Amino acid sequence: MATAEHFVFLSALLFAIGAAGVVIRRSVIVMFMSIELMLNAANLTFVAFAQRLGNVDGQAVVFFVMTVAAAEAAVGLAIFLALFRNRQTLNADEIGLLEG
Amino acid sequence: MEAHGSQLAVEQVVTTVAYLRWIPLLPFLGMLFHASVGARAGRKAVNAVACGVLFGAFALALRAFADLGAGVTSVVDPVYRWIDAGGLTVDATLVVDPLSALMCLVVTAVGFLIHVYSTGYMADEPDHARYFAYLNLFTASMLVLVLADSLPLMFVGWEGVGLCSYLLIGFWYKDSAKADAGKKAFVANRVGDAAFIVGMAALFWATAAAGDGTLRFEDLNHAAASLPAGVALAAALLLFVGATGKSAQIPLFVWLPDAMAGPTPVSALIHAATMVTAGIYMVARLNGLYVAAPQALQVVATIGALTAFGAASVGLVQNDIKKVLAYSTVSQLGYMFLALGVGAFGSAVFHVMTHAFFKALLFLGAGSVIHGLHDEQDIRKMGGLRTKMPITWATFLAGTLAIAGVPGLAGFFSKDEILALTFASGSYVLWAFAVATAAMTAFYMTRLLVLTFLGEFRGDHHKLDHAHESPVSMTGPLVVLAVLSVVGGYLGVPAVLGGSNVLGHFLEPVVGHPAAHLAHSTELVLMGVSIGAAFAGIGVAWLIYGRSPRADEGFSAKARGLYDLLTNAYYVDRAYDRAFVDGSVRAGDLLWKRVDVGVIDALANATAASFRALGGAWRGWAGGNVQGYALSLFVGVVLVLIAVWAGAAS
Amino acid sequence: MSETAFYLLAIPTVLAASGVLLLRNPVHCALSLVVALFLIAGSYVALDAHLIAALQIIVYTGAVMVLFLFVIMLLNLQPDPDEGAHVLAKLGAGAAALGFAVIVGAIVGEWFETAPPPAVLAADFGTTRGVARTLFRDHLTAFELTSVLLLVAVVGAVVLAKRDRV
Repeated sequence: MATAEHFVFLSALLFAIGAAGVVIRRSVIVMFMSIELMLNAANLTFVAFAQRLGNVDGQAVVFFVMTVAAAEAAVGLAIFLALFRNRQTLNADEIGLLEG
Repeated sequence: MEAHGSQLAVEQVVTTVAYLRWIPLLPFLGMLFHASVGARAGRKAVNAVACGVLFGAFALALRAFADLGAGVTSVVDPVYRWIDAGGLTVDATLVVDPLSALMCLVVTAVGFLIHVYSTGYMADEPDHARYFAYLNLFTASMLVLVLADSLPLMFVGWEGVGLCSYLLIGFWYKDSAKADAGKKAFVANRVGDAAFIVGMAALFWATAAAGDGTLRFEDLNHAAASLPAGVALAAALLLFVGATGKSAQIPLFVWLPDAMAGPTPVSALIHAATMVTAGIYMVARLNGLYVAAPQALQVVATIGALTAFGAASVGLVQNDIKKVLAYSTVSQLGYMFLALGVGAFGSAVFHVMTHAFFKALLFLGAGSVIHGLHDEQDIRKMGGLRTKMPITWATFLAGTLAIAGVPGLAGFFSKDEILALTFASGSYVLWAFAVATAAMTAFYMTRLLVLTFLGEFRGDHHKLDHAHESPVSMTGPLVVLAVLSVVGGYLGVPAVLGGSNVLGHFLEPVVGHPAAHLAHSTELVLMGVSIGAAFAGIGVAWLIYGRSPRADEGFSAKARGLYDLLTNAYYVDRAYDRAFVDGSVRAGDLLWKRVDVGVIDALANATAASFRALGGAWRGWAGGNVQGYALSLFVGVVLVLIAVWAGAAS
Repeated sequence: MSETAFYLLAIPTVLAASGVLLLRNPVHCALSLVVALFLIAGSYVALDAHLIAALQIIVYTGAVMVLFLFVIMLLNLQPDPDEGAHVLAKLGAGAAALGFAVIVGAIVGEWFETAPPPAVLAADFGTTRGVARTLFRDHLTAFELTSVLLLVAVVGAVVLAKRDRV
């Protein structure tokens, strides 16, 4: 019997993968995708607990998260467009202005 | 060497006053004046202050001397408690007893005359105020040295005069040779000072072990007999090493000839009349200790005699007027140590006094010649100055006769006393050395006199045209010193000649009297021998150099080896260079390259490099690398979770 | 749902997610993410969140991911020649990720052991009606603000993506 517990484990794993992706990948677009993955993992956690606890508020939260994520994606991609026009690259190493 | 009269038998009558401190304090204040506002105040003001404070000190010294009469054994000024550390208590106390009174009077009187002379000699010197600041400071230090009642306080003065000697020898420091001479003096002195300090410590330790630890002269002299023999001997020898540094004896005499690089009045004051006599004064002060260590006295006497002889031999061939006088000083100091060594402490001090008079006179006279000839110091380029500088000539003649030991003049009485007592003590070999030295002294001084003042002028005739007698500020002191050189000896006329040896009796309470006695007939014979030696020296020199001033050229050609040996002072400087200086320089080089650069600098650089590397590594993490930040965040979160979970689980 | 079914759902999800992490070509990554999101929608269904599942497919995969693909193709992004994060960073990230998963798993596992039994779900739990009731009743303010946020995002995106010449 698969309980909410299983899904929480799954979401933890997905979150970890997403985080690793943010750190490792060089392409900014892919980094962004990894962030989306993390968001989804969080959503999954919310839904799992909503089911476990019988409280729909969890799903309401997911609703909002999705909305905000969509807005964020729109703005972020617009930034990437502008960035690409400026720097001709989307490689995190090359576009770094904060020189280390 | 036999015991001398015990001072313990005399009852001590001590007067306590508060004015002694002004004797060294006045010149010290003078120094402060010159150092602070001197340059702005102008030459006249500096001259007035410099000579004024010396005269004030002399007046106070006279007062102290007067207070010493009427059955008072010593006048004391306890200034303040200086050191109070565990077992060691030292008071800064000044004391005037017959010995220090005599020294004080000599220092202030001769010092005053030399200050006056300096106003003339240094009239054109741009660093006028600095010179008098140093000169006043020197006098202040010397007076502290002389008036101290304990070794540490004397050491303060001792170091002070050493410092001022360095400052004054290297006065024209822009000339590196002169600056080096100052350094050499300081380093040689320092070697002696190190021994002095160890000797002081040994005495304190020994007296502390036996009862009360003390460093006062009075106490040390009393306690000396009861100290373990080895300690007394060691301390006496160590202190004597310090004295050889200060008083330019073997082995630490090498600085004095070089010290002639300083202005001539400095040579007169410091290196003839006062500082170099500090060693003799110290031994005389601690006569109780030295009597308790007879082997030390033997060492003192031997070193003194050898130094006297050696230095005189070197003086025979020197061509710089000041160098002749420098070696002469070393030689005469040797005489004084010889006297100390045979137990004739009073005679040594007597010779200190007479030597101060005629040696200062000779140096100042030399300065007058140098000044008149516009800085010519080579006697081969002089001659016939008798007519051009009559006062200088007359006073210089007086000084020469005095130092040669011509009867009637001061040098005769003091030197003769030393010779007689040396013979009486049984040290015949040393006596022979001393007599030979006397003959040589007469010889080289006559040579100096003849080559400088008589015959034809052998130098640049342009200089001769401009040669002139020195101003009154310079000739005045010359005359005064000449008079003193003539009459000063009458304070010590021995009984055999019908005198009462006023000076000897005056000093007796402090230094006792030598036990050795001579039959009057023996003494007269000895006197004859020394007079003979003196006249022989004068005569031979007169005959040689009076007729052929360039006789030296012949000598140097015929006896090249010997001549060079003497000219180079037995190559002692070279030996020291090779033994100590080269080694030190090489060690310093090694330390510099290997240790300082190789280790310390490398360490510092490595620290810097490691920080830079760390920074570089850090930069990768904390640079603009956002992903790095994210990773750190992530890792941090994990760690926090672990912590929370572990906390919750336990 | 049965455990087998769960694993049939979960494992491909993880694989798809890993694809995002590991694939070179950004287009492949995006497609991999689409698959992952679909499968997550499946998870939502399994968890009685039907409305959310539908929204996931319509909004996330249907709009957001399409936008991603548009941008990638518009910019003609090439596959990364050398995926060159520092080896150390990769290791660190891997370790952290693993560590995270394990820890969370442990924490959550513990909670679930002592948790109250699964609640009884309302009849309209997860349906449009059920969610809407909560949304419009308890979270109305947030709802309205979100619409303002969307407006701001639209304006911002347009401004940012415009070319410089007016």
